[in-house]
Amino acid sequence: MLKKTGIPEEEELKLVLPDDARRKRGPFAVFECFERIPCNPCYDACPMHAVMPFEDINDLPRLDLDRCNGCGNCVAQCPGLAVFVVDETYSEDEALLKLPYEFVPLPLAGSEVDLLDREGKKVGRGKVVRVQKARHRTATPVVWVTVPKHLSMVVRNIGGI
Amino acid sequence: MERVISVRHTDVLVIGGGPAGLNAAMAAVDCGAEVTLVDSADRLGGQLVKQTHKFFGSKREHAGTRGIEIAATLAEKVGSHPRIRTMLRSEALGYYPDGVVALEQDEKWIKIKPKRLVVATGASEKFLAFPNNDLPGIYGAGAVQTLMNVYGVVPGKRVVMVGAGNIGLIVSYQLRQAGVEVAAVVEAMPQIGGYAVHASKIRRLGIPILVSHSVKEAIGREQLEKVVVWKLDQNWQGIPGTEIEFEADVLCLAVGLSPTVDLLWQAGCRMAYVPELGGHVPWYDENQRTSVETIYVAGDAAGVEEASSAMLTGRIAGLSAAMSLGLGGDGAAQLEVARKELAALRAGPAGEKIRAGLAKLRGSGVVAC
Amino acid sequence: MRIKHHPILDFPEKPKVTFFFEGQPLEGYEGEPIAAALHAAGIRVLRYSPELHRPRGFFCAIGNCSSCLMEVDGVPNVRVCMEKLRAGMQVRRQRGKGDIRATH
Repeated sequence: MLKKTGIPEEEELKLVLPDDARRKRGPFAVFECFERIPCNPCYDACPMHAVMPFEDINDLPRLDLDRCNGCGNCVAQCPGLAVFVVDETYSEDEALLKLPYEFVPLPLAGSEVDLLDREGKKVGRGKVVRVQKARHRTATPVVWVTVPKHLSMVVRNIGGI
Repeated sequence: MERVISVRHTDVLVIGGGPAGLNAAMAAVDCGAEVTLVDSADRLGGQLVKQTHKFFGSKREHAGTRGIEIAATLAEKVGSHPRIRTMLRSEALGYYPDGVVALEQDEKWIKIKPKRLVVATGASEKFLAFPNNDLPGIYGAGAVQTLMNVYGVVPGKRVVMVGAGNIGLIVSYQLRQAGVEVAAVVEAMPQIGGYAVHASKIRRLGIPILVSHSVKEAIGREQLEKVVVWKLDQNWQGIPGTEIEFEADVLCLAVGLSPTVDLLWQAGCRMAYVPELGGHVPWYDENQRTSVETIYVAGDAAGVEEASSAMLTGRIAGLSAAMSLGLGGDGAAQLEVARKELAALRAGPAGEKIRAGLAKLRGSGVVAC
Repeated sequence: MRIKHHPILDFPEKPKVTFFFEGQPLEGYEGEPIAAALHAAGIRVLRYSPELHRPRGFFCAIGNCSSCLMEVDGVPNVRVCMEKLRAGMQVRRQRGKGDIRATH
């Protein structure tokens, strides 16, 4: 249970995962935000207006997956570092993830890194495609990394840099 | 050297230059009041100066911005304001029956007689009882944050964190950002008290969170060397045989905060013990006014809560204090906006505790003590 | 130990000054709290308690708790989490309650 372990359950994750048709169409954001807390910067972060307006600041974010293009602005802005972009159309057998990463050193584009799951356990190796440095001190750097396609909803961190 | 300065007068004296005090000062000065702001530190910002994480809340309360930047923005506004007199390194020592507040600044004794007083003195870290809890290396979580994020010094090599509230979770993350290992987060409650997103952040780093666990003892000769934790039963008693021993040179306590209310006691404000608000707090109304008509309270001193709420209670206190002096212009409208924003922040499950605390404080059940 | 690289904060190198801990020279940044300079040098035992002579370090780092009282330039009961470091300071572990008469 999320409030005992800090790790979301399968059922919770199912709620924020798009259907197969949408997954095959291109990148999308996954909001792993399952608890009502007073927070809404994702709404302002989204240039596509894919995050629905908040009636109550404590509401969970609602994402319009037809509008979301997986740009990752919300990944860099979310105070909870709870948004990830998943692109399962990246290649035949790899998905591309855009992960928030607030540690030094930042990985270099082209380098190989450990792929970590929600418990920080190593589940494989992936390649860093791009590193978006923070444009200002408030933003979070975003690392683009390739992962085996079947790990697109497992990998949530990188290590071994 | 002249050590005693004769009595100075001011419309509104704000004690504490953290998120609540800074907002109180700005709100009061915008209403036309002449304001004096004092703080014991040598810079404004209070504990915001060590908050490297991005804040939650709404845009107006700087959501999505890191605490350190909120501090810089507010401190610049307040510090450069021609009608706010900012006094740093100034410790408020006492409140006297004639309404005079005594301060010490650079070994000088200064007396200020304000028309209105806003107490925004924040909170202090709570402690935990276990054998050897006085060993060097056992620090408050806020202390560790100050050492790392303000002074750039790490507290040690390997940390055990006690408390999975927001502070414990956030400081664990910040320790890792500073290159310090975190062996585990230990939480006595059966579930994580802080936001799930903060917990998920540290789990992704491989840091375990042990709920229903507490510290059995600390071990070390001159300094901390080991921490023994154990599982708690339903009556909060440790279960023999469940001990886990961690090598650690730092044990970080994030077990809650107590409002700093000494001046309010001294001023004779009606006080109440409300655990949901962190301990003893003054009674106050929706304008943050205490039972002493000229004294207002804001931020954690009024009940331990998030910094975003402190900014709003500060604004409410500053506006109300200025309006009670007949100043204000559109103060009433602003007060309405601030109250609505505060109610919205507190409306969700995360605000349950503070809502219960305030109901207790204002309800008939409160025993003044 | 001092932080050299941090993802969010900058801690630029600054000129250092020399001060003395128990008579031994140490370096720190002028204006930082004495406790920070001592910590950076790996010194965490700041005093011994008056009754049981137990070692004590700091606890709150913001001047609230008085766990970090040391003797600075002969003056006892100085909160070293707040007191700023200056060149040449003589900092000593405090043993006991400190004698106020010794300061004047």
